[in-house]
This record gives sequence, structure tokens and C-alpha cells, in this order.
Amino acid sequence: MEKKRNAGLETWLMHIFLVGTALAVLYPIFMMVMSGFKTNAEIFGAPFALPKSFNFDNYIVIWNTTDVPRYLLNSTIVTLISVFVLLITGTMAAYAISRYRFRGSIMVSLFFLAGLMLPLRLAIIPLFVQLKAMGLVDNLLGLIFIYTAMSLPSTVFILTGFLRALPGELEDSARMDGASELRIMVQIMVPLITPAMVIAGIYNAVPIWNDFFFPLIFIQTPENKTLAQGLTSFFGEYSVNFGVLYAGLTLAALPLVVVFIVQSKRFIAGMTAGAIK
Amino acid sequence: MQTADYARAKRARARNLKLWLAFLLAPPAFILIVFVFLPMASAVLYSLYDWDGLVRKEFVGLDNFADILFNPNKNSILFNAFWNNVKVFTSLMVIQNGLALVLALLLARNPRGYRFYQVVFFVPVILSTVIIGFQWKLFLNPVFGLVNKALHYAGLSDWALPWLGLPETALPAMLLVNSWHWFGFPTLVFLAAIHRIPKDFIEAARLDGASEWRIAREIIWPLMAPAVTIIVVLTFIGSFNWFEIPYIMNGLEGSPQGSTDMLGLLFYRTAFGSVSAGGSDFGAGSALAVLMFIFIFIFSVIATKYLTSREVELS
Repeated sequence: MEKKRNAGLETWLMHIFLVGTALAVLYPIFMMVMSGFKTNAEIFGAPFALPKSFNFDNYIVIWNTTDVPRYLLNSTIVTLISVFVLLITGTMAAYAISRYRFRGSIMVSLFFLAGLMLPLRLAIIPLFVQLKAMGLVDNLLGLIFIYTAMSLPSTVFILTGFLRALPGELEDSARMDGASELRIMVQIMVPLITPAMVIAGIYNAVPIWNDFFFPLIFIQTPENKTLAQGLTSFFGEYSVNFGVLYAGLTLAALPLVVVFIVQSKRFIAGMTAGAIK
Repeated sequence: MQTADYARAKRARARNLKLWLAFLLAPPAFILIVFVFLPMASAVLYSLYDWDGLVRKEFVGLDNFADILFNPNKNSILFNAFWNNVKVFTSLMVIQNGLALVLALLLARNPRGYRFYQVVFFVPVILSTVIIGFQWKLFLNPVFGLVNKALHYAGLSDWALPWLGLPETALPAMLLVNSWHWFGFPTLVFLAAIHRIPKDFIEAARLDGASEWRIAREIIWPLMAPAVTIIVVLTFIGSFNWFEIPYIMNGLEGSPQGSTDMLGLLFYRTAFGSVSAGGSDFGAGSALAVLMFIFIFIFSVIATKYLTSREVELS
């Protein structure tokens, strides 16, 4: 009897702790969204009250007078193209490494994996000099190349694991029928690893979308800024209008949060893919 | 005749296969070489030269390294930043990863709302550090901020401090923000590790009347060691590259009074110039980058070796 009461108390404490943590996450986000609908006077006078009206004035200010829409577009372009190029080149490398035995194949796979160990931001100075010489500074293409290169090792790592696990009979019988290597790869093998490609894509897309460091150094003109970086200039311009600032943060957070809520399982699997064996 | 044809066909096929492999490997290898390996190797080269802006001057050997480490006018800034990074690592290990461990152990008991908690704890993880840094900078604003407003309403006006403006509270505030941002990640990594432990182990111990605490300490903890290794190494790398949160919340100079200065900020100031560091210095910046890389690399290898030796193999 004594033991059972004890277990009941333990369960209660567990629920209180979990609910408390969830509130500590959700309440600040909730306040950010609510404050985005407020005026300065409301934020100062009644900070915890609900907004007097849910009008979109602050959002209209952002849409009409700031570069935030442009930043959103740039981030979308950079992320989509980087992930697209990344998945194609990453699949090519992973396919060669995992489906063929050739001389030096171990060296080749070590070459791609070594990239996992190199924190590229410490090479930012030579990278800057190099991109300057290539005319890729203040150019979205420069970011796309960096993100693709930076994400290739993890992509090759994730995809190699999945490709190795595919049975060899599939390609052997297709080869017997005279199918070309390209056809075997594109029509038979690659469709089988699309779930892994989704995981690798998410694993890299989220940090690319959120990255602040590389644009901070490589992008200067407002038309080329990405969202995370552009927010800093937006904060400089509107530093006295708190409602607009909160609305800007909400707007910036919205795209990824919506995708995450719809695809939470895939996101969690994708983003923890590098840390879970 | 037949065999000659066959040999020729075989040779042609081998040649085609080589071409095919080259076609597959060349583009990704090219991107990786040009945008990762070449810059990384150049960083070492750059650190051995004197620089004037973007122009490389004469070879100076290890002078840049000596200047960073032993010049008494500069190395106090370096050591202060390094010490702050140490504080960041140890604090995050305790606050962020400690909280994550507790939450993972609780979630492993499959409480009601299990799925909901997983999703909620992961929401801050997917958000940009810039968004979170600015959000909490607004919350921590001494006059307008919600934190101090809440303290006033609670009758604790004396506690309402300019959190980011005091050398004693600025770094702790940032560490809490960072923990808020990231705790969901180690939580779910730990949770996945716990789920891989065979259920019978835990059930058997429970039937034997072992307390939950004992089960956690003597069964779950040793068997989730691989996940702990990964999280320790990732936290270390993240702590010594810490840049975004201090940059967004208190700027490039690590104010107030260097209390939030980090190696990442110092590296940026040295490389690209700032009010305090003066003009940009590619030589010293590259030398600092090389030192940071060596340090992080050595620690990661040692930690992985040490922590892996602790891991238990299930057979």
C-alpha cells in the first residue's frame, strides 16, 4: 500500500515536470506571437494581456516597408537549390562508393568522410579570398556552393549506409537484361532510397535555412541577404517599434514551424540522424 | 576469334565502368575540394604569412602564433575568451544536457502525451539562433522586457536587473537562452538510445523490485553510453565555436567588460577587424583558427577514446 502511494506521487511529479517544461517552451513562443499583434503602448502597459485587436498592422508595415519579403525569397532560393544539388551530387558519390568495388574505393570514401571532421567556419578567411577571386562574394551562388560542399560529407555518410543495405540481385538481373548502369541507378536503385534522401535533405536543409554566419561574411547588399542575416538589419531599423520586431520574428519563424508541425516525425528522424547510430 | 571478341568486349566494359565511376565521383569531389579542402589547407598556409588587408606579404613562420599566445598586450584577451568558452561548455553540460537526461528518462517511461512532448521540446531546435537570440533579447530588455515585467508584477522589483548589461548575469542569461534553444536535441538523442536497450533488461529489474533510480543508474546509464559520447563531443564543438548567441545578444566585443567574449568572437574581430581589434589581420586570424581547430580536434579524439572505453557491448 505504502509503495503504491509513493509511485502515485512519483507519477504526479513526473507529469508536473513535463508539463512545466512544455509550458516553458510554449509560453515564450506564444508571447512572441501575441506581442506581434500589439502596439508599443500595449507592450509597455499591458505586456501579458491579449492584444486589443488581432489586426495585421505590424505585418503590413513589414511587408510594405522592409526587405523581409526579399530575405524570405532569398533564403528559399538558397535552401532549395543547395539541397537539390546536394542530393544529386551526394547520391552520385554514395552510389559509386557503395555499389561498386574498385581500386581505391576505401580512399574515396575516407576522402568524403574526412569532410565531416572539418569545421568550415574556421577556414572562412581563405574561403573569403577565394570567393572574392571567383566573383562569388555578395552572390547567392557563393552561398549555394558553400552549403553544398559543407553538407556533402554527412549526405554521403547517410546515403552510403542505406545504399549498402540494398540487395545486389536487383541490379544483377537488370544488368542481365542489358540495362545500362545509368538506368539501373536512376530507375531501380535511387527510388528505393528516397526515404533516406528525405532524411539527409532535412538534416542539411534546416541548418542551411537557419545559417547566419556565412551570409554575415559573404553578403553585403540588402537584395542578397538571407532571412537570418537580414533580421539583424531589420532589428537595427525598427529598434524602437517592438510590435513590429515581434511580428518580424514570428514571420521569420513561421515557415519552418509549419513544415515541422506537419512533418514532425520526419524532422526529428532527420535532424537527429547524425547522432543516432 | 570468339575469345578475342569477348576480351575486347570485356575491356570495353571495364573502360566504360571506369568512365561511369569518374562521372559519378568527379562533380561531388570537385565541389568538396574547392570549397572545403582547399580553404582548410590554405588556412594553415595563411597563418604563416604577414598580411596587409587582402594582400599577402612575406613569410613569417610561426610569428603569428607567437604573437597570439605570448604577446602580453593581446593574450589576456585570448585567455579571457578561452576561459569563457570553458564556462560555456561546463555549464551547458550541466544545465542543457542534465535537463535533457532527466526528460529522456521520464519520456522513456512512456507517459501520457509522449508524442506531444517530443514535438514541443523540438520546436526551439528547428528555429534559427538569430530568431531565438533576438526574441530573448527583447524579453530581457530592462524596461520593455517581459522578464522584468513579470518580476515587477510578482513584487520582486529588486530582482529586475538589466540582465544582459551586468558582467555577472550576461553570460548566465545567454547560457539559459542557449539551453532553451537546444535541450530538445540531446533529449531526443538520449531517448532514442534508451529505446534501443532491450525491454527485458528493464522489466526484469522492475520485477525484482529495483527502484526507478537504481534502474536508471545501473542499467540505462551504462547502456546509453554511445549517445552520451556523441552529445559530449557535439556540445564541446558547439561550445568552442559559440558565436551566434553572444553576437546577436551583446555584439562583437563580448560586452559588458569582456564577460561574454568568446574565441569565435575574437576570431571574427581579428580576421575582419573591429573597433577594439583595429583593421583586419588575416595572418593572426588564420593562426587563431588553426589553434582552435587543433584544440577542438585533439579534445574530440581524446574524449571519444575515453568515453568509448566506458561503453558496454551488449552481446
